[in-house]
Amino acid sequence: MSKSALQFLHNGREVAIFVDGGTSLLVTLRELIGDMTPKFGCDQGGCGACSVLIDGELHLACLTLAETVSGRAVETLDGLKDGPNLHPLQRAFADNFAAQCGYCTPGMLMAAKALLDRNPSPTRADVVEAISGNICRCTGYEPIISAVLVAAAGGRTRA
Amino acid sequence: MLELRKDIFADERDDNLKEIGKGTQRQDMLGHVTGTSTYFDDHKLQGMLHLKTVRSTHSHARLRRIDTTDAERSPGVRRIIRGADVPRNLNTLLSLINFGIDDEPSLAVDKVRYKGEPIVAVVADSPREAYEAMARIRIDYEALPSVFDVEEALKPGAPVVNETYPKNTFTYYDKYDHQKLRFGDVERGFGEADHVLEQRYQMSPIEHAPTETNGSIAAPDTNGRYVVYTSTQALFFSVDTCAKILDVPSNTFHFIGGTVGGGFGGKVDTITEPLAILGAMLTGRPVRYMLGREEEMQYGPPRGAERIYIKDGVMRDGRVVARKVRAYFDSGAYTRLSSYAAVKCAAHLPGPYTIPNVYGDVYCVFTNRTPATAMRGFGVTAMDFAIECQMDKLANLVGMDPMEFRILNAYRDGDMKAHRREAKNTALIECVQVAAEKSKWPLRDQFKRASSRKDGGGSRAVIPPTPRDADAQRAAALQQRTTYDRAPAAAVREAPPASQPSPPPPPRPQAPSHGAARFSSVFGTRRR
Amino acid sequence: MPVTVKTFATSGEAAAALSSDRGARYLGGGTLVMRALNEGDIAISTIVRASDHALMRIDAAGSRVTIGAGVTFAKIIAERDLAFLHAPARSIGGPAVRNMGTVGGNLFASSPYGDFTVALLALDATVAVQSGLGAREVGIEEFLQSRERQAGLVLSISCQKPASADAFRYRKITRIKPKGGSVITLAAHLPTSSGRIVGARIALGSMAPTQLRAKSAERALEGRPLDATTISAAAAAATEGTSPTDNALASAWYRREIVGVHLRRLLSGQE
Repeated sequence: MSKSALQFLHNGREVAIFVDGGTSLLVTLRELIGDMTPKFGCDQGGCGACSVLIDGELHLACLTLAETVSGRAVETLDGLKDGPNLHPLQRAFADNFAAQCGYCTPGMLMAAKALLDRNPSPTRADVVEAISGNICRCTGYEPIISAVLVAAAGGRTRA
Repeated sequence: MLELRKDIFADERDDNLKEIGKGTQRQDMLGHVTGTSTYFDDHKLQGMLHLKTVRSTHSHARLRRIDTTDAERSPGVRRIIRGADVPRNLNTLLSLINFGIDDEPSLAVDKVRYKGEPIVAVVADSPREAYEAMARIRIDYEALPSVFDVEEALKPGAPVVNETYPKNTFTYYDKYDHQKLRFGDVERGFGEADHVLEQRYQMSPIEHAPTETNGSIAAPDTNGRYVVYTSTQALFFSVDTCAKILDVPSNTFHFIGGTVGGGFGGKVDTITEPLAILGAMLTGRPVRYMLGREEEMQYGPPRGAERIYIKDGVMRDGRVVARKVRAYFDSGAYTRLSSYAAVKCAAHLPGPYTIPNVYGDVYCVFTNRTPATAMRGFGVTAMDFAIECQMDKLANLVGMDPMEFRILNAYRDGDMKAHRREAKNTALIECVQVAAEKSKWPLRDQFKRASSRKDGGGSRAVIPPTPRDADAQRAAALQQRTTYDRAPAAAVREAPPASQPSPPPPPRPQAPSHGAARFSSVFGTRRR
Repeated sequence: MPVTVKTFATSGEAAAALSSDRGARYLGGGTLVMRALNEGDIAISTIVRASDHALMRIDAAGSRVTIGAGVTFAKIIAERDLAFLHAPARSIGGPAVRNMGTVGGNLFASSPYGDFTVALLALDATVAVQSGLGAREVGIEEFLQSRERQAGLVLSISCQKPASADAFRYRKITRIKPKGGSVITLAAHLPTSSGRIVGARIALGSMAPTQLRAKSAERALEGRPLDATTISAAAAAATEGTSPTDNALASAWYRREIVGVHLRRLLSGQE
C-alpha cells in the first residue's frame, strides 16, 4: 500500500488521516481535512499563499511533504480567530484595506503572525522582511505593512 | 495617504452624499481576513477528476499525428479529449458581439500556432496520473517557420500564422487591415512646424501574474445541467462562450464566480471552462482544470506587446501642430481581445492633447506568440507610455518645462478631439498642476492659472479640412452594422462642417456603428 | 504510480536506498524535490528521508566549521558563530523558505538558485558524501562539476572560518528587494598576509549553469594589495570563463555587462 498514516495537530485539534506518498501538506489540508484557508498560488514556493505555521515556524505547505508534519502542530488562518473574535492582525488588515482580491491574505496573515509571535514590536523593515516571501499583486504592500504595524501597536496607528 | 481634492471642480459635484466620499468596509473584507471567501478552487467535490493539457512544444508546426493510444491505458485515466471531441472547436471571444471571425480552437487539430497551445486534454483521477499519461502521448510535429515580430509578420512572404487572417492582420469591417484615424492634414502640419521628431517605442508583453491561477471546476448537476465554479472575471461572457463552444443553450450552465484571486484582465479569456465542462460531460464526474504557475506565466494570455512610431511637428513656442502615429499590437496567434485594443487605441489618439492635425494607423497583428488579452487599460497604456515619453522629448527639444509643455498642449473643455467628439470634463491641466504642487515643481503663473474650463472650444472646436485616403469613399459605404446597432443611442454632436476645399464632407465617425463600442468607455458620455 | 516515501534512521541506510533506486530522490527541506513533484516530474518515484540527527548538527566552535546537510538557513542565521554566513543565508527566499531550505539541498539548486553554494565555493568548502562505498570528502568545486551524477547522500559541508569579517564578502544582485531570484551572485574570500592577498577565491552564481570560480579574477588579485589597480584588473577579468544564459530575470548580455561592475564594488567595499 502506498498510503501512510499521519497524525498531527491542526489548529490545536488532533487529526488522523491516510495520505498518498508524495502528497503535500497543502493538498492534505485542503483536500483531506477541508481547511481551504491555505491557497494554491504556485506550488513552487514562490508566492507564499500557502504559508502555515509548523511548530510556530513559518513554512510553505506546498513544499512540505505531508509525512514530515507527523506529531507536529500545524496552524493555518482557520485557527487564527479567537472564537467569534477577530485576531488583532485580522482586525488591522480589515481596517487598513490590507486585502483586495484576498488570495494572498491567508499567507500574509500567517507570515505576519510568525513575525509578531517572535517580535511583538517590529520595525517597518522587520515587517517588510517578514512578508518578503509573500506576493500580493493588488495592494502594492503598503496597506499590508501598515496593518501589521497597527496590529503590533495594539490597534493604534503608528507614525 | 489618499487625498480627495474636492476644491477642484467643486461646483460640478454634490458632496452631500451618503456613501460616496465616505470610508466604508468592503463587503468581502471579513471573508478575506478570515479565509472564508470562497474561490473557485475551494470546492471539494466527491470524485473530482483532474484535467491537464498537453501543450505544443513548437511555436508553429503542423500536427502530423497525435497518438494517445498508450495514454488511454495509463492508470487512473478517465478520458483523453482531443479537438474532435469539442463540439464547436473554433471560436473567437468577441463573436458574442459579432466582432471578428472564429479563429481559435479549444484544442489544436491540424496546426499549432504558439508554443504552449493546448493539443490534448487528459482527465485523470489525480494530477500525478494525468502527468504520467501525458508523458505517454506522442505528437508528431512538422515545424513551420515562425514569426515573432509584428513588422516582420506584415512583410510579403511572412509565414501565415492564422489561416483565418492570411495577411496576419485582423480584418475590420470585412475589409480593412487596420484602424485609421484622420483629422486635419499632418503633412501640412509637419511642413509648418519648426521641429519634427520621429521616434520608435516598444513595449514587451506583460503577464498579469494573479496569485490565483486561471481555473475552473465543472460538475454535473441535476436536470442535465452543469455547475461551474470559475475564476473568471467575466462570468456571463464566459457562460455564453462555453455555450457556443459546447453547442448547448447557455442555461445548461450554472456559473458560480465573483470571488477572483486577482485578475487584472487575465481572466476574461474563458481558457479553462470549456474543457472542464467538456470533461465533466464526457466522464459524468466533477472535473478541475487549474493552470499551474508555469502555465499561467508562460501560456496564460499577457498584455500584448506593442510597437509604436510617433512623428510630431512642434512649434518653437511649444504647440504640437501635427502628430502621426503608426502602432502595431502584437495579438499573438489568435485574436482574443486585441482587435478591440486597436479600436480603443485609435480612439485614444493623440492622447489628452489638442493637436490640430492627427493621423493614426493602428494594426492588430498576428504572430507566433502567446495570444494577448486584456490588461488594465490595454490599447491605451502602452500608447500613453509612448506619447508621454515623446512629450518629454518634445519639451526638451523646444526648451520648455515638461509640465508647462503639457499644460500648454492639454485638451480643454469644448475642444474637438481627433475622433470627432467634443472634449468634456477634461482635467489634465488640473492633474498636472496638482502633481507639480505635490512634487514642489515650480510652474510659472500663467500655467498655474490655466484651467481645463478656459480657452477651449471656438476655433479649437472645428473639424479641420481632412484629406481623404484613396479608399475612403468605399470605407464609408461598407461599414458593418450589428443587430445591436439599429438605432445608435448616442447621437453624434458634430461641429458644423468647416469650409471644405473639396466636397464631400469627411466620413462620419465610424466608432459608434460597431458592436465593439458597446462595452467601451471611450465612446461613452460622461457627467455634465 | 504513486510516490513511495521511505524514511530511514541513519544516513547510511538512506544513502544505500538512493544508490539502489534510479527514481529515488533525497528530500531535505522540500524546496527542490516537492517543487519537482508538484510540477509533474514523474521521474521521481521514491522519496528518501533520513531522521539522522547528525544531519542537523552545526559544529562552529573552532576555526573550521562543519554544518550538517539538513541544517536550514534559518538555523544558520540563528547561530552566532556562523556570522560570516549570515549574509548568504539571509539572501535566500523569504522567511518560510529559510525555515525549510537546507545547506545540502542548496548544493543541488541550479541557476538562478543556489546562492549559498556560491559562498561555500568562495570558502573552498569540502563536501562529505555518503555513498555505497562509504563516506568521503570532496572539494566543492569537484562536487559541483559532477553533481548531476552524484550517487549517495551529502552529509555535511565544512570550511575554514575567514580570518576576519572583511576577508569574506558576499553580494546577491536581485531585481526586487528584499527577496528575489539572483541576477548574479558574488562571493569573495580575500585572505591577506603582510598586506597582500594570498589564496584569493571569487565565486559567481548565475554566470553559468552551475556556480563557478572566476579564476582569472582570482589571478589578478593573487599576491597583490587590494588597491584600485588590482581591483580594476580583477573586475576586467570577471567574465572570463563564464557562460551565462538568458532567463526571466536578466539576459546573458546584461549579466556579462554587470558582473565586473559588481565585483569592483564588492572588492572596494562599496555599497
